[in-house]
Parts: sequence; structure tokens; C-alpha cells
Amino acid sequence: MKAQVLRTEEFIIQDEPYYQAVGDEIAVFEAAYKQKLPVLLKGPTGCGKTRFMEHMAWRLKRPLITVSCHDDLTASDLVGRYLVKGGETVWIDGPLAAAVRSGAICYLDEIVEARKDTMVVIHPLADDRRALPIEKLGEIIEAGDEFCLAISYNPGYQSVLKDLKQSTRQRFVALEFDYPSAQLEATILEKETGIDTDMANKLVKFAGMTRNLKGSGLEEGASTRLLVHAAKLIRAGVPPVTACHTAIAQALTDDAEMLAAVNELSASLF
Amino acid sequence: MATQAPLQFDAINGFLEKHLDVEFSFLKTEEPAEVIAHLPREDQDFILSWVQRVASLNIQLAYQFITYIIDAVAQVDKKIIEAWLLHAMDVYDQKGLYPAREVITNVERFIANSHERTAGAVFEEIAGVLAHFTHGLSGRQLKLHETDTDEIYTDSETIFLPTIIGRLPTEKDNFIIYKSMVAYHWAQTRYGTFRVRLSDIVAQQANPTEYLVLFHALDTLRLDACIQRELPGLYREMQRIKQELQELQDIAEIAALAQELTEPDRTVHDVVRLTGQLLGQITVPQKCFYQGVLMPEQVEACMDRRIAREKSHLRSILRKITEDIKGDKGKDASEYQYETKAKQQGNDELADMEITLDGQVMPLPEHARALTTSIIQDLGEIPDEYLQPAGPGEYDPSFFKEKEEDPDDVWRGAYHEEGAFLYNEWDYKRQSYRKNWCAVREKDIRPVYDDFVHDTLHKYSTFIKQLRKTFEAMRDEDRVLKRQPDGEHVDIDALVQALADARDGSEMSDRLFTRMHRADRNIAVVFMVDMSGSTKGWINDAERESLLLLAETLETLGDRYAIYGFSGMARKRCEIYRIKHFDEMYNDEIRARISGITPKDYTRMGFAIRHLCRVLNEVDAKTRILITISDGKPDDYDHYRGEYGIEDTRRALIEARRDGIHPYCITIDKEGRDYLPHMYGPAAYTVINEVRQLPLKVSDIYRRITT
Repeated sequence: MKAQVLRTEEFIIQDEPYYQAVGDEIAVFEAAYKQKLPVLLKGPTGCGKTRFMEHMAWRLKRPLITVSCHDDLTASDLVGRYLVKGGETVWIDGPLAAAVRSGAICYLDEIVEARKDTMVVIHPLADDRRALPIEKLGEIIEAGDEFCLAISYNPGYQSVLKDLKQSTRQRFVALEFDYPSAQLEATILEKETGIDTDMANKLVKFAGMTRNLKGSGLEEGASTRLLVHAAKLIRAGVPPVTACHTAIAQALTDDAEMLAAVNELSASLF
Repeated sequence: MATQAPLQFDAINGFLEKHLDVEFSFLKTEEPAEVIAHLPREDQDFILSWVQRVASLNIQLAYQFITYIIDAVAQVDKKIIEAWLLHAMDVYDQKGLYPAREVITNVERFIANSHERTAGAVFEEIAGVLAHFTHGLSGRQLKLHETDTDEIYTDSETIFLPTIIGRLPTEKDNFIIYKSMVAYHWAQTRYGTFRVRLSDIVAQQANPTEYLVLFHALDTLRLDACIQRELPGLYREMQRIKQELQELQDIAEIAALAQELTEPDRTVHDVVRLTGQLLGQITVPQKCFYQGVLMPEQVEACMDRRIAREKSHLRSILRKITEDIKGDKGKDASEYQYETKAKQQGNDELADMEITLDGQVMPLPEHARALTTSIIQDLGEIPDEYLQPAGPGEYDPSFFKEKEEDPDDVWRGAYHEEGAFLYNEWDYKRQSYRKNWCAVREKDIRPVYDDFVHDTLHKYSTFIKQLRKTFEAMRDEDRVLKRQPDGEHVDIDALVQALADARDGSEMSDRLFTRMHRADRNIAVVFMVDMSGSTKGWINDAERESLLLLAETLETLGDRYAIYGFSGMARKRCEIYRIKHFDEMYNDEIRARISGITPKDYTRMGFAIRHLCRVLNEVDAKTRILITISDGKPDDYDHYRGEYGIEDTRRALIEARRDGIHPYCITIDKEGRDYLPHMYGPAAYTVINEVRQLPLKVSDIYRRITT
């Protein structure tokens, strides 16, 4: 089958992405969307922030434009730039400008990774002005009612250099995400991958063990996403110990001793 | 590779006579030499090299080793012999000859126990993995330690394990024996074996030993069931090992009578009840391989300390959080209502306990959660008296803070105070580290306000100007780079030219953008200055002058730097003198401290490198550099001279490089070329004849390393 090509601002998610609400985050997000408030998602990696955004985009029937921020991401990467085309310079909208123009949901993932000047660009969009000034064009794009700005960051592995400035964070409605409770996490595994309850519970217990190791050798414990990977491998017939080794242990660390220890834990459990 | 011919008797005997110092020690070497002469060359080399290494420490120990080893070398894996010997040498360093001989005697016993060629698991190698393993299990984080007494047990904070296990032929199975021991003793602390005060109960018995043995057996039954539920994979392995070891435990009788202990909700109180009922009525089965012993006194001593500490700690945390929530400092906290509440869906009582304040769940930080877990583990709940926030007078943090150093680690003795840093030292003769060998203390230097600073600055005034210029040229600044393939803005000049080129028919450049280049010079450097007695006189003056010039010019460059002096007298008095920390501003006081550098004792270098690497490692920088300014070879009062000193220094530098630190040496010793390439590597040192060269050389090093 040939892959379908669509412009991001026209792409609307058709099938409901599975998302298990932990608290009232869906209602809060909907309220914020109606009130035209920007949203900040906090939480460790792989706990469902991006999935939540997809789910909300589907619910609100808006296109979702996701930008994964990295340390070379500049303001022009977001807003747009002139390119040279056939001897002339042509303006090309960046993803943020495209989202504002088309009334999409713009989701800036791991915003702290981006360079400092990038964050300032979103300020006028994130307060009651809701406008994106484009200096180079001498234009201001006013956002429509449908536009929504969401950003995410992980307070867990922040260095002092990568803190979210007060002037930025105080513009947002903040939703905190964490790994779901053991029971809920097991339910998520069952629904998402179709493994049986017993195995789901064991995987969740294993995740708990790796989370115990956070701070004493591991930077992060196993995320729900990694558990889903392991569960999928198990469903496909891979033995649980191997699945945990490849999908979880290897993803968490390169330290040989720690790998051995995590493997001993999974071998003890299954 | 062709095997070499075995050594003949004469050669071996000669070797032994030389290294065991037979002329004075009168040891008889003929007999062992005779036996060794019949061994294959590989074994001969192995034995002789170890005899040499141990003999460098103590001749008696080496002789004892040789008498045991000649019988065992064919049977036992060489790795195990090495592990034992290293252990024996550590014991010798710390406790002296007799305990070390004891260790060697244990080798004999160990060899007697293993009937065939054995590949054992060694504590030192598995400790790292198993420590992570226990941390991953729920509950209080346990430490692992080698046992001093031959017994395997836990004091509820540390699990004591044997140095080596060789009961089964493969290393993997021996590792599982270790793992089973760890898991079993973890289960003791996790499932509340110590929630009863065993020593009190035992004291009331007519036959305390018999009681304790039965209690232990019954409790093992209960804990095995817990492990089976919690860690089924490991439980299967434990059963398999039991069979391999042919531990024919006759547990049928006890298991039938105490069946109820295997049910999930049984606690230690059930074990106590059943012990009372069954005492004297059944034969207690043999202990299984992981069971170890119970040490009620040790556990209780440890628990008493911990419980008092944790109670006070929790109460002061509660007070702090209450203040944060309620925002009123002066108010009497006893007006509030604290309760504990189990979270719903609780199948694990440890993780799911919450503390509420006036009905609201209190947000507990991570360390507080570990604390409540530990309390519940000891007591089964959080008692009400724990939920009284500490009063204003009860704020003694030293009480609940655990001491960072293990008291055993800190040397006691005339020169030893607490708070010394301990570092290993490399002994090249025995090819291993002497553990915690150097006691290092940081000291302050007394600032001296005299004419030195003024005179030096005056003397070198033109030179300093020139240096500043050199350094300024090296400084990186934010600037716009033109003609980049990618960037924030269009480079109009480049575009015009490119369009012209295109019109002209030649190739059009794609370098059409301007990009902002940001200064990202991220360097931390430590200067390690020799303050040994040999620097007295003009060398000391030269050092101080160069440091001053360096500091003056480094300020221009903006790199972070620190200056420390080092000197020492034997291993127990190693001293590091703080001249400038990383966090300190360069000011008159620092200048006065540089002026106050005076020659002290000897040049022991290894500890200084290790300590300053530690300082450097705490600094977050892309490039870390350690520059030594010295006047000669490493040298100290005890054996730290010649090859020993050079080899230890070399080893410390290898450790530094492993940590990503670039060591560099600047020396005034004209013979430096003889030994510095060996220590620092061929391109990481400079020998200097004249002081004026020194700061210039530093800028050279900077360019080399950082560009």
C-alpha cells in the first residue's frame, strides 16, 4: 500500500487513540481549550503525554502539529523563514505559524530542550494577546478560536541550564502527569496490547522494581511506554525475560552492571 | 604460542630463597620448590609471581601461601586463588598478620570442601550487580558487605555475605547461591521477621538455642512462601540449587505441621505462636544453603538506633511540610489532625500508605516516602506518636542524619580525625590497590599580606600585558558567522553573489545564511602545586610568581579555575591546601594566599591527583584539566619513592583519564624527561628552565587541548 501524504495542518486523527484517564485531565484540558488558555504538560518520559495530546486532538477534532524540540531548534524553525526558490526568496511558514493560520493544536514536545530565544517567541501566543508577530514579514497573525498551544516538559531530568523560566511557565495551565497506579497501569497494558492480567501485573511489578532503582544507578525507571513495548513482544511469543531485557533493560541503561542487575530482577520475577 | 619448558628445581629454589629472604628468615624452601618443579610451566609462573607479590608485603604470609597452594593449584580456579590472596592482603593492611593468616587458612578449608575443579563466584565481582538487585526489590535499601565472621546474616540494614562461594562447579550457579542468600535476607527485613523482639522471647526459654533454631526453620518456611509468590523465577532456581547441592532436607514433617505459615497473610507472630506449640515435638530439618543465621542482638541494636532516628526525622519533616501548607510558622502544630490512610487497591502495604493532614493528603517528598516505608517495615504501621510534628526545640539535624562515613572506614589513631577523605593507593609490587590507604585532609592556607604581590606585578608588568593580549585573542565571543549552509537569516551579500554566479552560468553556492555563533567555552582547570620541602628557596618563589601571573591572566579568559597545594608526611597525613576554590572570586585574599604558600613536607602525588579529580568531577564542564606544577619525582617518607611512587602516580593519572580529565604536568625538574613520559604520556608534560616560560606554556596547553 502506498503511504498517504497529507499536510500536517490538514491531518485530523480519525480513529480514537486509546487513552486511559488517570484523573480529570480530559475535562480540564477541554475547559482550557474553550477558554483559550495554553496548557503545560509535566511528567516523566513515556507516561502518556503525547498520547494524551493525540487523544485530545481527536476529541476536539482539530489537526495536531507536534514539534519535538531539540537544542538547535531556533525561532525561525518555528515561525518560518525565507528560502531561495528559482532566483527569488520565498517565505515558508514554520509549524507554529502554520498551526496559528489553520487553527490547529500546536504541541511543543520537551520545550526546555529548545534554545532560549525560541521560548520567547511563544510568549505573545500564550497570553491574552494570542498573536504571533512575524518580524521578517512585518505581520501579526491573530489566532482564531480553534488554535491551541500546548507544551510539555519533564521536571525529572532537568539540569540547571534547562529550567523553564518563570515568565514562560506562568502563562500556562499546568497538568501534571505521572506513571499510573499499578492497577491502572496493568489495565492499560491489557487494553493496549492484549496480554493477560497475570502477565500485565508482573510487568507492572517489574516496572516498580526499576523505579525503585531511580536515583541509585538509573536515571529513570521503566516508563509505561517501555512496558507496552515489552508486552507487545511477549504477545508476539518472545519469552518474558528476553522481552524485558531487550525492551526495558537495554532501553534504560548501558551500564553493564546495572543491566545485569535489572536482568536478575526480571529473571527472579518470571 | 609454544609453551615454555618448565623451570628446574634450582631456578625455583633460587627464586624462593631470594624473595622469601631465606638468609634471614630461615624458611625451608626446598620442599615446596621440589613440588613446584613438577608442575606445568603455567602453574609455576602463576605461583611464583604471586609469591613475589605477597612477599613484597610479608614473607611469612607468602610462605604460608606457598605451602597451601602447591596442593591446590591443579584443583582450584586461578581466579579464586587471586581473589583470596587479594582479600588476605587487604586484611593484612587493615588488621595485621594474624587475621590475614586466618584468611589463608580458610583457603585450605575452602579447597577441602570443593571436591572438583571449581569456578567460584567472588563477592567483589558480584557485589555491584546484587546491590542494584536489592535496591530494585521493594522496601528499605539494603547494603551488602563481606562477612567477617564466616556467618551469613543481616542486621536489618546490611546483608553480610561470604567472600567467595564455590559450592557448585559453575560460576553461574554459585552466583545464584549468592542471589538466593540476598533475596532470603531481604525477605527477612521485608516481611517483618524482626517485628518481634527475638532476644527477649529467646531469653525466656528454657533452651534458647533450640528455640531459635526452630523459630528460624519455621520462619524460613514462611519466607520461602513469600519468595515463591513475589519472585517465582528466583524461587524455581532456589529449588533447583537445593537439589544440585543434594541438600536432602526432611521438611515433610515440619511443612505438614506448619502448613498455615505458607498462606499469604501470615506474620512473624504466627511463627512465634507455632514455635511455642511445636517446641520439642519435632525434629528440626537441616538448614538450607541460603539460610544463614539469626543475629537478634545485632538486629535489635541496629533497629533501636534506626527507629529513634527515623521517628525524629519524620516528625521534623511533618513540621516542615505543615508549615509549607499552612504557612504559619509560630502556630502550635498539635492543633492539626494527622492520620495515616492506606491508598485504595492496596495489595502492597508498603507503597500505599499516605499521611493526611486535616483530611488532605500530604505531599511527601521522595526521601520522606522512603522513610515511611522503612518505618512501616520495622513496625508494621506508622504509630500515632510519630505523627506529632517536632516542636521548635527538637530540631537537631545531626541526630537523624546518618553519618556519611562508615565509622570503620575512618582511621583512628594519633593522626586521624574523622572527616578525612580516604583514597586507595596502587602497590605495583603486588599489583593491587591498598584500600583506603591515604587519609587526606583539606587545609586552609594562611594569607600573607606582604610586598610579594606588588613586587611581582611590578616586575612582570609588561609581560602581563602581553599575556593578557594572548589570552584575549583566545577568548570566544558571540558573533555572527556569514556564508553558512544553514542559519537564522539570509546572508544578503552571499545571495547577491550567488544570484550573479547563477546568471553567469557558474555554480551557485548554497552557503547563503548567517548564523549566530554562541560562545561555548566550557573549561574547568585545577592547578595542583607542589608544596614539598624540596621547593624551598627559588623554586617556591618561582611557583608563587607563576601562579600569580596565571591567575591575573586567566581572569581575562573567563575559564573556571581552582588552585590547590599538596604535601604530605607518610600515608596518614596527606594534606591538600586550598588556595582558590572554583567558586571563589579572585581578589586580594587569594593573592595573599598565593603569597602565603610555603614549603611543607614530602611529595606524595597519588592522593593529591585522586582528590583533585574528585573536586574536578563535581564541576560541570565540557573540558576538565588538571595541571600539576612540580619540582621532581613523587617521594615520601614511607615507601613512597622510586618505582612505587612513580607507579602509584601513573595509576592515579590513568584513573583521571578514565574520568575524562586531561592531566598535564609542568615541572622544573631537568630529569623530568626520564620519568614523565611514563607517568603522563609522551605529550602531556613540559620541562621548564625559566619561570617566565611558565604562563606562556599554559596558554600553549590551552590552545592544544581546547581547540
